[in-house]
Amino acid sequence: MNKTFLAWIVVGGAAAALVGCATKPTEAETQAKAAQVLKASFKARGQAGMDRLDQDDTQKLCTEYATAAPPKDVAEKIEKINIATIAWPADGKYVGDWRNGERIAQEGRGKQWSDDPAGPVGGNCYACHQLAPQEVSYGTIGPPLYQFGKVRGYNDEIRKYAYGKIYNAEAYNACSNMPRFGHSKILTEAQIKDLVALLMDPDSPVNK
Amino acid sequence: MRMSRRAYARLAVVASGIALAAAAWAQNSTIDEIAKYRAALQGGNPAELWEARGEGLWNEPRGPNKVSLQKCDLGLGPGVVKGAYTQLPRYFADADRVMDLETRIVWCMVKLQGFTEADAKKNPFGAGNDRKADMEALVAYVTSESRGVKMNVAQSHPKEQEAYRLGEKMFYFRGGSHDFACATCHGEDSKRIRLQDLPNLTKKEGAQKGYTTWPAYRVSQGELRSFEWRLYDCFRQQRFPELEFTSEAAIALTMFLAVNANGAAFDAPAIKR
Repeated sequence: MNKTFLAWIVVGGAAAALVGCATKPTEAETQAKAAQVLKASFKARGQAGMDRLDQDDTQKLCTEYATAAPPKDVAEKIEKINIATIAWPADGKYVGDWRNGERIAQEGRGKQWSDDPAGPVGGNCYACHQLAPQEVSYGTIGPPLYQFGKVRGYNDEIRKYAYGKIYNAEAYNACSNMPRFGHSKILTEAQIKDLVALLMDPDSPVNK
Repeated sequence: MRMSRRAYARLAVVASGIALAAAAWAQNSTIDEIAKYRAALQGGNPAELWEARGEGLWNEPRGPNKVSLQKCDLGLGPGVVKGAYTQLPRYFADADRVMDLETRIVWCMVKLQGFTEADAKKNPFGAGNDRKADMEALVAYVTSESRGVKMNVAQSHPKEQEAYRLGEKMFYFRGGSHDFACATCHGEDSKRIRLQDLPNLTKKEGAQKGYTTWPAYRVSQGELRSFEWRLYDCFRQQRFPELEFTSEAAIALTMFLAVNANGAAFDAPAIKR
């Protein structure tokens, strides 16, 4: 950077300061003000404390790039910090009981201030995904997962992927809409295994 | 305000209609059936009961000062209710801030009727006959006086522009245990949660459809719900803490959505599942 350019920046900065409130605030300034106003507009209730409004780096970046996909380097950064958070099962097994998984996929409660902190807590998967064909009341925010295992193959690579994706979706698809069920301590390891079973057990209705 | 015999008879007809429609719905839980169910409900909307009660409350001398709200200025001059909702939120010089309808009603209850602010805000959302909310009734009345009027929310005062910009940022703010933002569910076309269609509030068409159909009588709750309630309950499901009634965030988000809905005819209080 040469000296003339630097001088122009100083002059420009001083001019902007002089004009003050007449200039439109920058995106970053508006973003900071919005976060501040949000904090002043909510109160803690039940299990939903004010810390719910403290954004981690992933939430901050995905807010900043909310209206267009994040650039490649930002997406890679988000995926990198999230893949590091995944606690893989100590026993090396990814698959639990698909019957429990179906119940967890149906259950919409958990983490709301209106919910009993003692549970139950579910994944509410049907809110966004098609899974077992018997359930016709499914949402479309996420892709359909009917025949998930049947189509992809019943192997450990896919089982591990399914586990990791449920544990922390941001590790695979930066700024995905999907909650980070393991990372954010919404579901337990056993519950995630049961959901993997719902997707990957050949006997699961999802694969019929 | 007492309900007339005719209103009771009307309520009975509506209630039996809802029971029949609900039975039909249980047998065929398909999207088509839900559309038919919604259409069947349009004939008699219990929101009228809230509108009538709200009109009574508006005109009744109340509060320590024993005056009505007839001189309340909703932005078009003291006492002008017709069309006022379609130009809210707006900047009010007397308060030197942007206000939505609920905030302005609180303001009038304090300034004209002499209520304390805490009393004016204490019961914003009702819970059946045990805990009726005067606020929701007043909102039902005022909004019903804008039915058919085109949304025309101003962006002329710098504080109106600021409210819009802040509301837009809040709409995309990801937080909470589930990383949800308003945009998570309301940022794309033709999405659903379960079978519930979600308007894309980032586009004019979706914002118009969504915004102009609140307040609404919610069949599943047996309650009339205001727009502030809509935001409050979205944030609950978003796993955020509790949104405070008439807070700056509530007003800013309302400004963002109301401006995006400009040009569409206001069509509420409506009726929803």
